[in-house]
Amino acid sequence: MTVNNIKVDRMKRRLVVIGNGMAGMRTVEEVLSAAPDKYDITVFGAEPYGNYNRIMLSSVLCGDKTIEDIVMNDRQWYADNGISLHAGADKAVVRIERRARKVYALDGTCAEYDRLLIATGSKPVIAPIPGNDLEGVISFRDILDVNKMLAYSRQHKKAVVLGGGLLGLEAANGLVLRGMDVTVIHNSEVLLNRQMDRKAGKMLQTALEQRGLKFRMAATSQCLMGDEKGHITAVRFEDGSELECDLFVMAIGVRPNISLAQEAGLYCERGIVVNDTLQSYDPAIYAVGECIQHRGDTFGLVAPLFEQAKVCANHLSAHGVAEYSTLPAATKLKVTGINLFSVGDFLGDESCEAVHFTDPSMGIYKKLIIRDNKLMGAVLYGDTADGMWYQELLEKKKNISDIRDVLIFGQAYLTAAEAA
Amino acid sequence: MADNTAAFKSVQTTCPYCGVGCGINALVDEQTHQVEITGNPSHPANFGRLCSKGSALGETVELKGRLLQPRVYGREASWGEALDLVADSLISTIEKYGPDAVAIYGSGQLLTEDYYVANKLMKGFIGSGNMDTNSRLCMSSSVAGHKRAFGSDTVPGCYEDFEQAELIILIGSNTAWCHPVSFQRIRAAKEANPQLKIVVIDPRRTVTCDIADLHLPLAIGSDTILFNGLLHYLGRKDLQNQAYIEKYTEGFSTALEAAAISSGTIEGVAAQCRLNVNDLQRFYHWFARHEKVMSLYSQGVNQSSSGTDKVNAIINCHLVTGRIGKPGMGPFSLTGQPNAMGGREVGGLSNQLAAHMDFARNDDIERVGRFWGSKTIARKPGYPAVELFDAIHDGKVKAVWIMGTNPAVSLPNADKVKQALQHCDFVVVSDCIANTDTTALAHVLLPAQGWSEKDGTVTNSERCISRQRALFSPAGGAKPDWWIITQVARRMGYEQAFHYKNTAEIFREHAALSGFENNAEQGLRDFDISAFADISQQEYDNFQPIQWPVNRTHPQGRARIFDDGKFYTATGKARFIAIEPRLPVNLPDKVYPLVLNTGRLRDQWHTMTRTAIAAKLNQHKPEPFVEVHPTDARRHELLPNTLATIESRWGSMVARVQITDSQQQGSLFVPMHWTGQLASRGRMGALVNPVVDPVSKQPECKHTPVRIEAYQPVWHGFILSRRELNITEPEYLVKIKGEQFYRYELAGETLPENWQDWARKNLWNTPVENSQWQEYQDSGINNYRAAHIVDNRLESLIFIGGDINLPERSWLTSLFAHAELEKDDRKSLLTGLPPLGVPDIGPVVCACFNVGEKTIQTAIREKNLRTPQQVGQYLKAGTNCGSCVPEIKALL
Repeated sequence: MTVNNIKVDRMKRRLVVIGNGMAGMRTVEEVLSAAPDKYDITVFGAEPYGNYNRIMLSSVLCGDKTIEDIVMNDRQWYADNGISLHAGADKAVVRIERRARKVYALDGTCAEYDRLLIATGSKPVIAPIPGNDLEGVISFRDILDVNKMLAYSRQHKKAVVLGGGLLGLEAANGLVLRGMDVTVIHNSEVLLNRQMDRKAGKMLQTALEQRGLKFRMAATSQCLMGDEKGHITAVRFEDGSELECDLFVMAIGVRPNISLAQEAGLYCERGIVVNDTLQSYDPAIYAVGECIQHRGDTFGLVAPLFEQAKVCANHLSAHGVAEYSTLPAATKLKVTGINLFSVGDFLGDESCEAVHFTDPSMGIYKKLIIRDNKLMGAVLYGDTADGMWYQELLEKKKNISDIRDVLIFGQAYLTAAEAA
Repeated sequence: MADNTAAFKSVQTTCPYCGVGCGINALVDEQTHQVEITGNPSHPANFGRLCSKGSALGETVELKGRLLQPRVYGREASWGEALDLVADSLISTIEKYGPDAVAIYGSGQLLTEDYYVANKLMKGFIGSGNMDTNSRLCMSSSVAGHKRAFGSDTVPGCYEDFEQAELIILIGSNTAWCHPVSFQRIRAAKEANPQLKIVVIDPRRTVTCDIADLHLPLAIGSDTILFNGLLHYLGRKDLQNQAYIEKYTEGFSTALEAAAISSGTIEGVAAQCRLNVNDLQRFYHWFARHEKVMSLYSQGVNQSSSGTDKVNAIINCHLVTGRIGKPGMGPFSLTGQPNAMGGREVGGLSNQLAAHMDFARNDDIERVGRFWGSKTIARKPGYPAVELFDAIHDGKVKAVWIMGTNPAVSLPNADKVKQALQHCDFVVVSDCIANTDTTALAHVLLPAQGWSEKDGTVTNSERCISRQRALFSPAGGAKPDWWIITQVARRMGYEQAFHYKNTAEIFREHAALSGFENNAEQGLRDFDISAFADISQQEYDNFQPIQWPVNRTHPQGRARIFDDGKFYTATGKARFIAIEPRLPVNLPDKVYPLVLNTGRLRDQWHTMTRTAIAAKLNQHKPEPFVEVHPTDARRHELLPNTLATIESRWGSMVARVQITDSQQQGSLFVPMHWTGQLASRGRMGALVNPVVDPVSKQPECKHTPVRIEAYQPVWHGFILSRRELNITEPEYLVKIKGEQFYRYELAGETLPENWQDWARKNLWNTPVENSQWQEYQDSGINNYRAAHIVDNRLESLIFIGGDINLPERSWLTSLFAHAELEKDDRKSLLTGLPPLGVPDIGPVVCACFNVGEKTIQTAIREKNLRTPQQVGQYLKAGTNCGSCVPEIKALL
């Protein structure tokens, strides 16, 4: 036992958390508030910091925020709450002994648990193309990546971002703000095609182009080419054309980080499979965040993670009443001056009806999808003030037939009677 | 207006709308072609007051839409060519088919001088009686009733009597809307004298009932029963004025007998008229008890197949009590048009000849022939209006000249009138407006001067002759009607008789004719203005309002006639007319179970060719509507503000449903005003039965059996546009001119393939730079809304929905006043709702000061206002023309 700096209280049970990210720490916070004296808590994190807000990384990249700004819990917080924190690359957990209820870090640090919480998050997907291991090819996941990009932006000119999703566009925007010449390669004709329909995607593209971003739409990269030092120099497309670059950021999605769980023999599919209480197939092991699979879904946005944390903490605290269910999560793009919002099924099908509002010169586009007088999804571009309201209508499955005329214009136009 | 008043001239003239005949002070700016209108404080008809229509006259003098050049077979022509063609066509038609194959159809809008010349041409020289006028539609029953009772077409009393009366009965008259200034005068009289009782006799509970002590909502058409009942009641020895009856009247006993037979007991009368017996009794009692009784009546009496009988049934009650011609008493016909009376004076009806002489006496025919120096004078009456257009339809009349009226809209069975004109060999229309339903059917269009350019005289309801004076020099090639007629007459070979160079000359001749052989030996006539036979140009120019007769006996005019008990019948006595009540000709049946009533609105005049130019007059009632009793609405499955088709055996229209218990069960009301120019299916004339009174030939416009059903289009919508648009597709289409915008109310039976394309095609036919669109579409409920914005200025808006639940128009229309669209407004635009914090004034109540219903409601609530006066002090609403006071009261 290396847990010697904390006085072990026999009465307390032991909670070990693998992963010092947003989902894991939110769960810990919830546990601390729901059952402050229930657990001795040990946290392992592979990054050498306290807990920071990963979704704010793009703000750091573009210079709106510093690393300090986005730290949520510094080391002092862990100390203050009696949490033993093992953070750093050598503290990455490499093995779970379920029978013995122990976890081991790379450096041999071991912790015993009564309850284990796995919150290992996700890993960036690396495009399976030749040259993906060249110098200058990175992903956009953590502080290290941000620091790399900042370093490149100071010395190099040309960057390519692969992937026109939320993360890719935030990275590209950040690099442009850092003075780089950035081209985004996207495999669809529509940016944010997971969150936006064609019209909103096009408006977004125009707005980003006005900020200096360049786009190669509906393009497939065939390979990455490097110089003799093994540093990337260009990307070649399927059509044979090439684009020079000094930095190549892969932002084509994430996949649940489940190797540790798999090795421990925990039942996984695409993610660690959990039930509605966030419990895995091993009753002593819970899992939250991007590493899990719940009723077939995996996760990439922050809102459901926080909900999972709440439910999981409820059970860890032995209150045992909460059940997790996935609600439609809303998307926002963190590019200053660009407001977009999407939630739910924003494409719809034949059984759905669409409500549109457009004012191209004002840069406003809104679309609502309605089925059986209930809101199914929304895409807002330019004016996102009512995003939260739509999300609420969607979550509550409210019948909107009485307010349908004003629905798309926003909550402000409801009369007092309708709002009730 | 600008400070430099030196550039302005001040002109005293008269209002061209209803028969009240208000005097106007016009401050004219010739350079900008603008005029500021105020009431003339010294004119005896209005003492400075004006109604909403009169106040808005300044907005109607624009030249847009005016007919400014003669047109011949669709192309512009010179006056010479047009006049030659008219003269030649009339001559050749007369040569081929005789004088009765041509006709003139004039209007109560013509000035006396115009009327005189037209009548002289047709009856005096062409030699046909075929000169009739639209006064046939409003006044002819009064004329006939007067002549039967008095031997002359005389209105005995005057407006001053309103103040002196103890009891005023308003019969078949929505005075508050149709004669607003007289109504205000009566209201003021009642306020000054709370003893004054007001009784309204009208099937509808109109806003006129606002001042009524008693409203008798009688069954439509039962007026003669009601007044026969009254005569029967007054026939009692202690109530009748036996001395008067014996000395000054004849025919009393037969009239009383007829009245007794038809009415029986008061209970019986109440049952037949469907009135509360106590109310009826109270009315009879009041009538008997008050010496100073005035019976004011209008179209509800006249426009009936027994209109003349109704007039006489009323007059009978004044004769039996001897209450006529003395201060504060008498029957009083409220005339509809500004110069209906002037038309009657010159003989504008086809049964009249001239100067209150008609075809009944050979002496009169000879006399007029002698005066005019004509050997071809007509010797028999011509076709009255409805028969005239039948005769055109049947090919008996081959050429017709229509002056200043719109029969394709206003006559009964108006679709047939349209057909008649389509098939007529030669149609000439003189008008000041280029596009009307009637000008569309003309072969020759002659541009007449409009009200603001015309010069002459008019006579109002109380026999008061006033000068109408030109404010502006004539627009384009427009000419006075008298000049046009004179030019045609000269080309037809009547130079000598039509030598006129100005209106004073015509007026002198008209005055001379009125006094010509007008004496005890050769027969006295009531209408005598011989005092003006030698009037100088200067005197004519300075002419002050005066009530005829104006002759040697009455050099200062005469306020009341018959005060001396002298009538113009052969015996010199007034005649009682025995009235046998008759039901309207066409009664409701299973197929057409409802009765259609028609009438005027507060802020519109006739076929809206002028009032609809004034944006503020289009706010009160922007669309054709039909008033339906709640029970009928339920029975026929009609919902408020939806559209309904109203159909008679003669035609159909579509109107917006207004459910109100002010309407009797079983009867509908529609306004008379809308034309094909402004509404695709709003012409009520198409429905009205072509039934006329056998004596007066006035059509029965207030009683046509109809049916009603919901009109169910696939979509409803409206468009607001800064520019006038050319929209033709939607089945239901109403065009409304607003303040810097045009509003189109729409409904359609088929959906366009794509609303976006439809909107671009209809709202944006000429591409503009910096054009921006804001759009909202809901595929599920068929909602489409779009705003077209050019250079950040609102250009047009379209709102389409699956039903009538579209946003209020008031806030949206206010945005057209702004040069630039505010950002907040732009965001709110397609909601139709103002951004938070901007008050929505609601539907306009006070047209004069543009005060909305919601503003008034808020003020009432927040300022605790209790009376219309307080509302007026606070918001100014109702303090100008006062015609919205009943609505303000309703809000209180």
